[in-house]
Amino acid sequence: MAQGGVRLEPEPGDLTTVSGGPGDIAPLGRDLPKPAHEQTAAEDVNAATWDQVAATDEFRALVAAKIRFILPATIFFLVYYMALPLLVGYAPDLMKTQVIGEINLAYLFALSQFLMTFILAYLYLRKANQFDAMAQNIIAKLGIKKGGTK
Amino acid sequence: MSTSLIMFVIFIAITLGITYWAAQRTSGTTSFFAANRQITGWQNGIAIAGDYMSAASFLGIAGLIAFNGYDGFMYSVGFLVAYLTVLLIVAEPLRNSGKYTMADVLAYRLSARPVRSMAAISTLTVTTFYMIAQMVGAGTLVALLLKDSGINYNWAVVGVGALMIIYVVFGGMLATTWVQIVKAVLLMGGTLLLSILVLAHFNFDLGAFFHAITHVQSTVEGKPVTTNYLNPGLLYKPPWGALDLLSLGLALVLGTAGLPHILVRFYTVPSAKIARTSVVWAIAIIGTFYILTTFLGFGAATIVGKGFITTNGGTNMSAPLLAQNLGGDIFFAFISSVAFATILAVVAGLTISASTSFSHDFWTNVVHGGEERTKGQEVFVARMSALVVGALSILIAILLGPTFNVAYMVGLAFALAAAANLPAILFSLFWKRFNTVGAVTGMATGIIATLVFIIISPSIMAVDPDTLTAGRHLIQAKAIFPLANPGIVSIPLGFIGAYLGTILSHEPASEAKYNELNVRANTGLGAEV
Repeated sequence: MAQGGVRLEPEPGDLTTVSGGPGDIAPLGRDLPKPAHEQTAAEDVNAATWDQVAATDEFRALVAAKIRFILPATIFFLVYYMALPLLVGYAPDLMKTQVIGEINLAYLFALSQFLMTFILAYLYLRKANQFDAMAQNIIAKLGIKKGGTK
Repeated sequence: MSTSLIMFVIFIAITLGITYWAAQRTSGTTSFFAANRQITGWQNGIAIAGDYMSAASFLGIAGLIAFNGYDGFMYSVGFLVAYLTVLLIVAEPLRNSGKYTMADVLAYRLSARPVRSMAAISTLTVTTFYMIAQMVGAGTLVALLLKDSGINYNWAVVGVGALMIIYVVFGGMLATTWVQIVKAVLLMGGTLLLSILVLAHFNFDLGAFFHAITHVQSTVEGKPVTTNYLNPGLLYKPPWGALDLLSLGLALVLGTAGLPHILVRFYTVPSAKIARTSVVWAIAIIGTFYILTTFLGFGAATIVGKGFITTNGGTNMSAPLLAQNLGGDIFFAFISSVAFATILAVVAGLTISASTSFSHDFWTNVVHGGEERTKGQEVFVARMSALVVGALSILIAILLGPTFNVAYMVGLAFALAAAANLPAILFSLFWKRFNTVGAVTGMATGIIATLVFIIISPSIMAVDPDTLTAGRHLIQAKAIFPLANPGIVSIPLGFIGAYLGTILSHEPASEAKYNELNVRANTGLGAEV
């Protein structure tokens, strides 16, 4: 992302060097910008003032909404999943109970883990659309384009 | 030339074609490391599946179920559920705040040099164990599948190694991605076909199939025995079996979200939203595959039988032998080449993630302080390190030889990833107080604890009878730690290490940058495009 100044594309054969001091607000010359990821917060300041964004109600609401879904969902699937080795390991006789014909509880519980994974993934996919909309809203309010430098 | 060899050659020709095509399109850093971030959601989803479902999944789990029944199926469950951790917690923030490697996210707030060095060490350690398991497996397997063609273990290892080097060095992430996609399609096709043949064998009567599973006939000491293969407990026995199972489960479900070769896949898509879609695609494909291992494994147990498999190549040959039994030599050749494709796609993924980490994390950001000295250097170093990684893997696999016991190494890689990488990633994203000392101690504790507990476990320490010549244990003494899977101890230790390191030190700079990382991770603002 360009700093304060205008960045010119270097033309073939143009060997103009970067001039200006390190303390300049708008360095002169044609130095290529650092990729977004490697910029320090100070350099990237025109993309957003992070602390201000973090303090907005919209952003807090987004983080809260995510936590409200992700935390219980994670606890649920971890408990549900760990229940399988626990029950199989410590209550093998219960798990050997034949439920449907000769199919036992152990196999059905294992199969239900697949179903659980599919359903939870689907629920998250639906829920995440709301998160996307909230994030878009935050970005739109800042009046800048999403995405950094290529 | 055997039919198997012809099919292998066809697959190799296709993948080399892909590599040539990809090489034409690969120029520049983002192109080499992240396929220009132009992979679509479904493509990445299939590629994740291709990257993830190793020979351990296809041949290993089929064999485990064929020999141990239900206990083998437990692996199938863990391998899938793990993707919920990836989907809910890791994929999107990683895509939003990183660039090429897992360490990018850590280096965001923390001091780059120590954290990236440690992350590179961790990545290379996890990848090495995963790779050794794949390469030794590949060597034995290819030699077995192509034994009519006179290809021995060493040549098989060299062949697999050379191919993975070619894919990565010339085709970068784009070639790797498409090799993984082709492999995943082949694997799913082969598995579906094999499952249908198993069902057809039972006249599409599920009742008859499950009756056969619950009444598997075998002879023990000359007497006929009937075993219910659907009952747990054939593999994991008292006194430590249950705890071992729990430990394995923990490593699987938490480890996937820390596997470097899976995490780098999220940088190949244009945005976090598409990263999310790709995980859901991966869940659909991987889930279907692991459900089908029911037919592969139990099919081999009931139709082929443990006795026949043991005398014809051992556990890993369960699926190919089932294919031979049901579909003849052509189908055996097809399933064998699917297994071959499976291995190649996984080792290519491992190679590119290891070389990306070495070049981007260690070379550019640690040695050169974050700047590429000359244009294209990062990619050049990555290509060279892919060559070195490949050559070393070939060498190690040949030195260890076909009889070395590698079965525990994939599980170990998951435990390492869970204990070393996951605490650092999670704390970095969600804990403002987290800092450099915490990240370094956490990763170091995770790596050391996992390695120590595996060395003193029954996987390395056991007293073998003198008659045993193949697959002897490294230390001939009674194991100190009773579990084969170290996760249940090493994962909490990794978290505790990261926690203690953090609270015993203070780093205002890291806390000051938390808001920035938090906003980026949650909104995608400023994400790499």
